[in-house]
Amino acid sequence: MGESILHTVTIICIVFISISIIILLYRVLKGPTNPDRAVALDTIGVNLMALCGLLAILLVTTKLNDVILLIGILLFIGTIAIAKFLEKGVIIDRNRN
Amino acid sequence: MIYAVFAPLVMTLLIPFFNKWKDKIHTGWFLLPIPLFIFLYFVQFIGEGFSPVAESYQWIPSLNISIDFYLDGLSLLFVLLISGIGTLVLLYSIYYLHKSERLGHFYIYLFIFMSSMLGVVLSDNVYVLYTFWEFTSISSFLLIGFWHYRERSRYGALKSMLITVFGGLSLFAGIVTLTYITGTTSIQEMINQKDIIIDSPLFPLILIFIILGAFTKSAQFPFHIWLPDAMEAPTPVSAYLHSATMVKAGIFLIARFSPILAGEPMFFIIVSLFGIITLCWGSYMAVRQTDLKGILAFSTISQLGMIMAMLGFGTKAAIFAAVFHILNHATFKGSLFMIAGIVDHETGSRDIRKLGGLMTFMPISATLALFGVFSMAGFPLPFLNGFYSKEMFFEASLHLDGYGGQFIPFFQQAIPYLAVFGSIFTFVYSMYFFFGTFRGEAKMGELPKKPHEAPIGMLISPFILVLGVILIGLFPNLVNGTFIAHSAEAIYGSAVEKDIYFWHGLTYPPLIMSIIVVVLGTLLALTRQKWAGIYTIFPRNLSFNEVYNYIVDKTETASTKITNKYMTGSLRHYVLYILIAILVVSGVVFFLTNGFAIDTSGLSTLKLSDVPDILVGLTMAIAAIGTIFTNNRLSAIIILGVVGYGLAILFVIYRAPDLALTQLIVETVTVAIFLLCFYHLPDLKKIKEKPSITLTNSIISIGFGALMTIIAISAHSSKWFEPISNYFLETSKPLGGGYNVVNVILVDMRGLDTLFEITVLGIAALAIYGMIKLRRDKEAK
Repeated sequence: MGESILHTVTIICIVFISISIIILLYRVLKGPTNPDRAVALDTIGVNLMALCGLLAILLVTTKLNDVILLIGILLFIGTIAIAKFLEKGVIIDRNRN
Repeated sequence: MIYAVFAPLVMTLLIPFFNKWKDKIHTGWFLLPIPLFIFLYFVQFIGEGFSPVAESYQWIPSLNISIDFYLDGLSLLFVLLISGIGTLVLLYSIYYLHKSERLGHFYIYLFIFMSSMLGVVLSDNVYVLYTFWEFTSISSFLLIGFWHYRERSRYGALKSMLITVFGGLSLFAGIVTLTYITGTTSIQEMINQKDIIIDSPLFPLILIFIILGAFTKSAQFPFHIWLPDAMEAPTPVSAYLHSATMVKAGIFLIARFSPILAGEPMFFIIVSLFGIITLCWGSYMAVRQTDLKGILAFSTISQLGMIMAMLGFGTKAAIFAAVFHILNHATFKGSLFMIAGIVDHETGSRDIRKLGGLMTFMPISATLALFGVFSMAGFPLPFLNGFYSKEMFFEASLHLDGYGGQFIPFFQQAIPYLAVFGSIFTFVYSMYFFFGTFRGEAKMGELPKKPHEAPIGMLISPFILVLGVILIGLFPNLVNGTFIAHSAEAIYGSAVEKDIYFWHGLTYPPLIMSIIVVVLGTLLALTRQKWAGIYTIFPRNLSFNEVYNYIVDKTETASTKITNKYMTGSLRHYVLYILIAILVVSGVVFFLTNGFAIDTSGLSTLKLSDVPDILVGLTMAIAAIGTIFTNNRLSAIIILGVVGYGLAILFVIYRAPDLALTQLIVETVTVAIFLLCFYHLPDLKKIKEKPSITLTNSIISIGFGALMTIIAISAHSSKWFEPISNYFLETSKPLGGGYNVVNVILVDMRGLDTLFEITVLGIAALAIYGMIKLRRDKEAK
């Protein structure tokens, strides 16, 4: 019984998170400015982490934990890169010395 | 015999050494003995009791190709012509070509030609024959273009090359077909298997191929156009190649294959019809020429047509006459070319309108020309050999009693009239040639040089040839029994006994025809100025030169146009071609072979837990479509990122954590690289294109996507083998020592692939480094 409730709840969560990804996609596509899109992409990433966690529960596996951590790191790096690009126009500064 | 054939070829290696002393001694003197020895060697075969001689040498035994030489009467006639006239031409060229010319080149080309011509007439193996045949084309090309700094020479050389090589390739097709049917490469064996060849359904094809090869080489209508342009060659070449030897190679070919091909109505009609047309057309056109060599070129065409027609008649008398005329034509035409060369050499002009009255300046040349010309015209005198063969030609044209004669009665009856018509014009241009050059008023003012008699050395060769004309004229039976009869026998297949008489009686029809020719010819020759206007009416622009130029021009411009049409330089178009090709070819093949098998039995059913898959897939699809329609490059990159991350999550859902990890990193790096070079990328603009182009592009891309989808579904629907994956799952731990099956496959089971993918990455990194660091152009500074 407990198993079944967990299962159902997990699936419901997955569905909701998927729906939120689709809504976020609307912002990415429409997003009047590029920062809007960047933030939306960042949020999609966070949703993906959650999705991976839920899937790990659903599939009863620990193998996906690496993926969750990796998404976290990459998301941070990616968002920083886009942010820096939007601000300065370049990602890697030249050494002026 | 092999030494005789290859001696000139070997000699070409030594010519450059002789050429070093050319300031002291003319190179030709060193070479003169070679053809003379060959001639003397072959002379010893002449005799009443001649029987064929065969020799064989290994060349390519695995392909059944050996260098077989077969000397029968026909080959003997030709080798004597080639070596004999070769000697005379060599002697003539010593006086004709100045030491300042590139003598080494000239004699090398000439000797290659001599070797290959001997090879053509002596070969019994069809492939060896073909090899030598092409050698004659190539050396003729080189000789015509000897004065390569002249535009006309290059044009003539190219034209003769294109036409004769076209015919050569056709001949090759013919002999390949023959070999295929008979299973042998020897001509004599093919003759033995005549019945098999004639009964074969491929027989008409063989006939056409071989006749095409012979017609192009022997300048038969309508392939005669290269011969007049080949007159740009030095005169010894014209005398040797384009009157006595090479142009007779086609005649030789027809004669050689006569035992196989003759006897068929098709052979009779094609060969004799085109021969007669060539005879008439050549003699008609010769009267129009103003250049001495031009007249002789068309005269050669016409005489070759006459020989070809006689070979086509195929009766005993006709073949005897044809062989006889081959010999006669070589003697008088060779001497006439040499005299034309002398006139050119001593007056500086070959234009008959500027020449005239040279008899007083050049009495010996004029006398020699007189004999040559009247022999060519077939004037009825007992010391001119041309008359005998012309008379026999008339006789043969009247008695087409053999096969095929009843095939087209009208054509058969027309032949004698056409023969007389051609002969009348032959008479006219012969008279025009002689009287225009040597009689009439001398036009000293128009000539570049003051005319005088040629040096004695130059006159020897035409003198010997004219001596031949007279000797054969006086004692025709001297050559008859000894080798003309043997030649005719080789062509006809059985013994041909025929004596040559000058006088057959007054009511002998050919004599009457000859008299008609002389009378009408004289009348026409005297009134030539009055009717010469006919040439402005016919042929005017209807000559086949126009056709040739049109074809060559059009081929070039059309292929340029076509190439420019599709090689646009635009990558977009090339990708379009590739996609269309894949779409059409694989689509049609799949459709025809019923490859689109769709089977639903292997599919899993849709459950509630599949909802995330669908939603992620939907997200990816929307993002992918969004990429196409976005105007902003940055947003395109970010939206593409969504597709990449979506793929990663699909990997997660389908339980591929390693793939998901890799995909995430790669996607991030890709997005970062896009951003890195963002500034250097052009703005993404909407290019306004015609709706038709947009429509085509969409149709192709949608079609291609649909095709790939269907192929994927079909592939999934038809699984015929157990997958190998179970083996990996079972053996990953015991064999590879790891639980991570993917990684065990990557580094243990299929380690080699991984190695080279690492190499690919390494090369890519080095290439990027190289591209950035090494800039050779101005940008680097």
